Amino acid sequence: MTLMTLVEQLNLTVRCCQENLGRSVTGGYIGDLLSDVIANSSRGNVWITRQSHSNIVAVAELKEHAGIILVLAREPEKETLEKAEKVGIPILSTPLHGFEVAGRVYELIRN
Amino acid sequence: MVHTIRYKNSFPIEGGNFDEAGVVSLRVKSILKDMGFLGETQRRVAIVAYESELNIISYARSGHITLRISPQEIRIDAEDEGPGIDDIELAMKDGYSTATDRIREMGFGAGMGLSNIKRCSDTFEITSESNKGVHLRILIDAN
Repeated sequence: MTLMTLVEQLNLTVRCCQENLGRSVTGGYIGDLLSDVIANSSRGNVWITRQSHSNIVAVAELKEHAGIILVLAREPEKETLEKAEKVGIPILSTPLHGFEVAGRVYELIRN
Repeated sequence: MVHTIRYKNSFPIEGGNFDEAGVVSLRVKSILKDMGFLGETQRRVAIVAYESELNIISYARSGHITLRISPQEIRIDAEDEGPGIDDIELAMKDGYSTATDRIREMGFGAGMGLSNIKRCSDTFEITSESNKGVHLRILIDAN
């Protein structure tokens, strides 16, 4: 499954790096504590979070995440989008909360 | 045992500069990749480097991370100049943190950093002197 499928199925807003939506998603991880995400998420995951500051980009880059989904209509900071653009990590957003996003992503990946 | 060092470099880190957070760990990871370390070794080194880097940024005035790579092991030394850690045993406890509200709001300072580092290390040593700084010595076997 690709990020594009998630965008379509969950009606996500693409905030940057449209060109990388063909990336495949191997799984997901949900978390707002960066140490937790660094320790436990995996390569190819889509990261679901409410953190919107620019440090999320380095975490996603280090862990080679497919992309980031910001929940609860969190607005990415300008620096976040600039950094993400530079390293090609798609940032997607939704008004939904984390539980709902995680559940739907999980279902899509399983099927 | 004496190991042939294949790579050694030291990377400076500025305390309080969250804009640059991750730059050194990404560099460390890419050096490992270039030298052919993949999978679990690379994953563990990346976690150790990131947590060490963030500790310096969050708590110290300045510091540096030194990376040494030999065929047998990867050594990381994270040294800083700062307030140091008064009670190391307490600091090692999962969930214990002295982070400010600002740092916590960003999702840092969850009190997981040092235990993450320890868990990813084959050898882990921490020493600190009050009002001087902290020195972490980490060895990771190269598999």
